Amino acid sequence: MTTASAAQPLQWDYAPAPESAAIGRIKPRYQPYINGHFVDGGGVDDVTINPGTEEALATVSQCDDANVDAAVKAARTGYDKYWSKLSGAERGKYLFRIARAIAERSRELAVVETLDNGKPIKESRDVDVPTAAAHFFYHAGWADKLQHAGLGAHPQPLGVAGQVIPWNFPLLMAAWKIAPALAAGNTVVIKPAETTPLSLLVLAEIFAEADLPPGVVNILTGAGDVGSALVNHPGVDKVAFTGSTNVGKKIQASLAGTGRKLTLELGGKAANIVFDDAPIDQAVEGIVNGIFFNQGHVCCAGSRLLVQESIAEEVLAKLKDRIGTLRLGNPMDKNTDIGAINSAAQLARITALADTGEGEGATRWTSSCAIPDRGFYFPPTIFSNVSQSMRISREEIFGPVLSVLTFRTPDEAIAKANNTPYGLSAGVWTEKGSRILGMAGALKAGVVWANTFNRFDPTAAFGGYKESGFGREGGLSGLAAYLRPELEA
Amino acid sequence: MTTAHVSPALPSHLADARVDEASLKRFLRGLPGVDPVGLEQRSAGLATRSIKKGAKKQAIDLAISMVDLTTLEGADTAGKVRSLAAKARRPDPDNPDTPTVAAVCVYPDMVATAAAELAGTSIGIASVATAFPSGRSSLAIKIADTQLALDSGATEIDMVIDRGAFLSGNVGKVFDEIVAIKGVCGSTRLKVILEIGELGTYDNVRQASWLALLAGGDFIKTSTGKISPAATLPVTQVMLQAVRDWRDQTGEYRAVKPAGGIRTTKDAIKYLVMVNEIAGPEWLDSHLFRFGASSLLNDLLMQRRTQTDGHYSGPNYVTVD
Amino acid sequence: MSDRIDVAKTYKLFVGGAFPRSESGRTYQVTDSSGKFLANAAQASRKDGRDAVAAARKGFGGWASATAYNRGQVVYRVAEMLEGRRAQFAALLHDTEGTEESAAKNTVDAAVDRLVHFAGWTDKIAAVFGSSNPVAGPYFSFSTPEPTGVVAALAPQNDSLLGLVSVIAPIICSGNSVVLIASETRPLPAITLAEVFATSDLPGGVVNILTGSPAEIMPWLASHADVNALDLTGATGDQRIEWEAAAAGTVKRVYSPTGTDFSAAPGTGRMRAFLETKTVWHPTGAVSLSGGGSY
Repeated sequence: MTTASAAQPLQWDYAPAPESAAIGRIKPRYQPYINGHFVDGGGVDDVTINPGTEEALATVSQCDDANVDAAVKAARTGYDKYWSKLSGAERGKYLFRIARAIAERSRELAVVETLDNGKPIKESRDVDVPTAAAHFFYHAGWADKLQHAGLGAHPQPLGVAGQVIPWNFPLLMAAWKIAPALAAGNTVVIKPAETTPLSLLVLAEIFAEADLPPGVVNILTGAGDVGSALVNHPGVDKVAFTGSTNVGKKIQASLAGTGRKLTLELGGKAANIVFDDAPIDQAVEGIVNGIFFNQGHVCCAGSRLLVQESIAEEVLAKLKDRIGTLRLGNPMDKNTDIGAINSAAQLARITALADTGEGEGATRWTSSCAIPDRGFYFPPTIFSNVSQSMRISREEIFGPVLSVLTFRTPDEAIAKANNTPYGLSAGVWTEKGSRILGMAGALKAGVVWANTFNRFDPTAAFGGYKESGFGREGGLSGLAAYLRPELEA
Repeated sequence: MTTAHVSPALPSHLADARVDEASLKRFLRGLPGVDPVGLEQRSAGLATRSIKKGAKKQAIDLAISMVDLTTLEGADTAGKVRSLAAKARRPDPDNPDTPTVAAVCVYPDMVATAAAELAGTSIGIASVATAFPSGRSSLAIKIADTQLALDSGATEIDMVIDRGAFLSGNVGKVFDEIVAIKGVCGSTRLKVILEIGELGTYDNVRQASWLALLAGGDFIKTSTGKISPAATLPVTQVMLQAVRDWRDQTGEYRAVKPAGGIRTTKDAIKYLVMVNEIAGPEWLDSHLFRFGASSLLNDLLMQRRTQTDGHYSGPNYVTVD
Repeated sequence: MSDRIDVAKTYKLFVGGAFPRSESGRTYQVTDSSGKFLANAAQASRKDGRDAVAAARKGFGGWASATAYNRGQVVYRVAEMLEGRRAQFAALLHDTEGTEESAAKNTVDAAVDRLVHFAGWTDKIAAVFGSSNPVAGPYFSFSTPEPTGVVAALAPQNDSLLGLVSVIAPIICSGNSVVLIASETRPLPAITLAEVFATSDLPGGVVNILTGSPAEIMPWLASHADVNALDLTGATGDQRIEWEAAAAGTVKRVYSPTGTDFSAAPGTGRMRAFLETKTVWHPTGAVSLSGGGSY
């Protein structure tokens, strides 16, 4: 038997392949979009920075309460005067236009998203932007078919929707919110996160080019105070919020008794459960994708790996090897796998929470990848020997940090997976079909991925159990969040 | 199943798999499954790597050095093989710094011609054998075929496995044949062609890869080039995982050769990215990775000229042999 | 007036994404409503019908397995391309049917909108017509609609554009392929629409259009063993009986509506006529010996 030995490994470093920032056509200053116009907000201008370099990207005019009021009024007028008068088919045509325009300007949108958010250009290019276009395309088709949505023959829109979205998928979350609202016949006031407003303001240009009537979509810039003013505005008929569980609880409390419809998509602490009969190589990919996609800034991230004890060592070894091939760095480089953390504050939060892991006795392993001098970066990190009681296995870290726990039997896996106040998503890896379905039945999570992870589609409902929120986005149930049966008051 | 010469270096779980057919079968069935969707997604992801500038030039030269320049036609003649050998020696006469290819690959009766042309060079002389491409003959004839190639000067043997035996569950027969041919080859490196287009599933590719490694194959090779599909990125990924896992469990480095259907530089670079990231940079070496191809070389040469000349080249500026 | 001689157009068949002449070499004269000569159209033979079925079968596999999202985008692209040729089709309707100019424009617009409507159906069919079945046992059971296969359709004889689009779109949006026989006396909108299909990212063979005599071609399609369903929208009373009976030879699905008002909302009947329902059962339930009641 031959014993070929390896020659000296070739040094084959991929040369940098940066996408051109010029494609983003970033303007020096951006304004909120109210009643079909870009207008100055009443607040003090803020600067949005590129988290990959910490350089200022653009100045953004900020809104105040008067702007919120104006936007809600514009949305009401837009609803009364234009949007509610259109047939579903005509509404649909606007949405089709928007879907096509997103696709046409996809490269620009991807660059803007990566510059403003810090996510790798390959993700904004291959996931965020095309999926955003797909959401508009899918919901466009619903606009003239609402009688088939399962809510009776003549389901009705709710009116003005007030929406607040987070910084992790700025454009995609906007599409998730705006497309079903408009398809169902509502008008929208939406607020992006203060650190990532730009892609939505480019989308506003697309709305304007698509001749969307004034007031149908209004975009407010600003921080939490603006969001709070929006969701509490009496002129808003429906509130949709994606963000942290803490803020979600406050919104639910403040809306109590108002009768306004509410959907919440909040945090998560998903278990990704790997059985000993899993397709190991693909499971390793799924674990990596589950926690390192978008730097772990994903509410449904597979942040708790539950691996069957009999294969834990093998899986952990393969996982470390695989993580060693991840390329961390300039988000604009087409070969970057892990980009920048969105903000200094988030980086500090991840760092602090990760440090508690060691303090509580978990074993920390960090990829040896080089960290750029400038920008906010956190290397892929794994904690093993984690127990359920540690903070790193209970709290949402929202970063590239994986906690590894082991289990012996399916019952134990289920018990540990469900032992959390969250319930957004879960993963199951096994080649045994009945186990997939049995586990899916037992897991208290709104989405269960089997032999895959982090899959999103406009046709498939997404949303959580328990403190991960209520209401769904996507599919029939997502549409139902923006409609009421005709006879319902 | 013949009791194969068990390498003392093998860890016990691998040595045990070689004891008899039942053990081998158990071992192969115990390998983790391959999820096709996830596998293909990973391949597609790797294919989006953007290889530019110096890294591209490096990749092109590396790929040229990995080519098994192949002619396997009923119409092959001594003239055809001689011109192929000339091309192997000097792929781009205008650019003498161009690397030579790894080997030429011909039928056994053409080996002597190729050997005469390549004497004194470091270029290998590979020969398909064992009733290539179908493998449908007796072991005696397969051995004789291999012997003919070796006697004529072959420095590498590309054998085919008995796909019929594999698919009917007779893995012991497949194993024995590889062991027997490797026995004839001695220190000559043996490439074991799995003919993945006839194996039908990724699980079978994984099992056949391990079978070939256990039986002593130096290379696992995707295809004869006569059956579609031939080499694909996902199949090559499964095979690269096999040699990587083999290395992790034994410390030995075995080689991989995708063959058939790889025609462009763009394709070749995707394979190299996959080699780099699935198996590891140690495999970026013509000793451990080859391309079985005929038309790939000219595209590599054209792209190499584009890199060195600064403008696009055309097919009339590389030689046709 | 310029004394330039017009370049007259040759109308051919549309089979497998190509525009062949009839293998029979025959053509027939198409006239306008006043009997004035407009053009020659290819007169398809039964062998052209056979070729079209072969092309449709070839086109079916890839189209049915394309994602619903992709099919939606392609059908929407057809609408976009038709929108870009509104003036041409309005003029064609004016010439072939004598439709007033403004009515012709409205008809073309309605045809575009109909395509947009069905483009939006592709990725909703499974959600609206499929189900998860709460069977009384430890099984996960779901039923999902699938395309029937190759549909042979006879276009409405009078409504040569909106009616035509209203027949084709619901057949293809779910993943079927179609061999369509155009209106015998008004074939020009159909074969011109083929040019729209041919430039719309629609894979070859998904839509095949024959011009000629339905009475000559349809019997062969109705009895063809590789045709899965018939749409007899454009058939006369006697033809409906004859061809439905022929279809029984291989238990084809037959959709044979009469008196359809194509200007009205299309409903879902046409789509559902060309769907099979597949129910899948898989064991589920307890994952462990303890039975899982405590989860």
